[in-house]
Amino acid sequence: MSAPASGLAQIGKSVFIKGELSGSEDLYLDGQVEGSIALKGNSLTVGPNGQVKASVEAKGVVVQGKLEGNIQASDRVELRKSAIVTGDITTQRISIEEGAYLKGKVDIHRTDK
Amino acid sequence: MSSVSQNFMKLFRGSSGTETIPAQGLQKLTRRSSGLGELSRMWESAEDLCILDLGSTSPANIRHFTEHGHRIYSEDLLTASTDPELLSKNEEGSIVLDSRKFLADNLVYPAARFDVVLCWNLPDYLDESLVKPVVGRLWSVLKPGGMLLAFFHTRDAGPDSPCHRFHIVGTDTLEMQKIVLRREARRGPTGAIHTAISEGFQLQRVFNNRHIENLFRDFASIKFFLARDNIREVLVVR
Repeated sequence: MSAPASGLAQIGKSVFIKGELSGSEDLYLDGQVEGSIALKGNSLTVGPNGQVKASVEAKGVVVQGKLEGNIQASDRVELRKSAIVTGDITTQRISIEEGAYLKGKVDIHRTDK
Repeated sequence: MSSVSQNFMKLFRGSSGTETIPAQGLQKLTRRSSGLGELSRMWESAEDLCILDLGSTSPANIRHFTEHGHRIYSEDLLTASTDPELLSKNEEGSIVLDSRKFLADNLVYPAARFDVVLCWNLPDYLDESLVKPVVGRLWSVLKPGGMLLAFFHTRDAGPDSPCHRFHIVGTDTLEMQKIVLRREARRGPTGAIHTAISEGFQLQRVFNNRHIENLFRDFASIKFFLARDNIREVLVVR
């Protein structure tokens, strides 16, 4: 299980946020969020204790915990083995570890170089 | 023991069948599938198909379809059927699975959404109360002319009929991986729901050809592929 890098913005496991979460830096989220998350151009990591009920828009999304909502990632999505994701995923690249659970659609949008 | 079983399986290897492959301590099987081969011709020649995979989440299948430019929906119905919230009492007071609630929470798609549904061995392991409602819902979410692939055991081989997850590794080749754990829900005498982890899913029944034809009677056509490993493959067209 990867730990958050030092200097990374973090939401700890005892934190509960309801509403719209937006920012312009990478975020490590190990708490609970209900609403929406917008980190355009940056990455979101949902830690092993993270419980997210929100639509997510980011450059990259890594899920180790539970995420309920649609994911729109301009670059890539990683579902780690402990991930439980319910929602549709739209991204350019995806990696899913053995053991991850996904209920939803995977739509790969490739941009021609 | 494993070499004996490997030799035994070699004797019975046919156009559709299984072969043991030792992999990282876990016994994995590869299986040639005539039904998959026929479906592969469809998704290799068509573009932007909508595919529903009802097995356990499979990175290999998601990669396979997205690399072909198709959209894949993943929904693990067997795991969903173990949700304790589905338990209710019928008129006789027996504990049953609530098929209405199950279909309210699962397989919720617009009509005629999918070109292909991969059922794998779902009907053999799904609770009796859910089989017909699920097949009915699958008929409605398949496009006219859409195809469904399902596998059925031809006999109950007891411990030799484990529930597998299926990974597509070639145009007509599957990798089969035994599902080891399942969540089991029981309602106790006080009405409280207890969950436990038990080993694998149990084969619920063995369908014969007539049962299978009856199950898919609303579909336009049905094609059987017999294999030498006690599995009957069925390709159904809506």
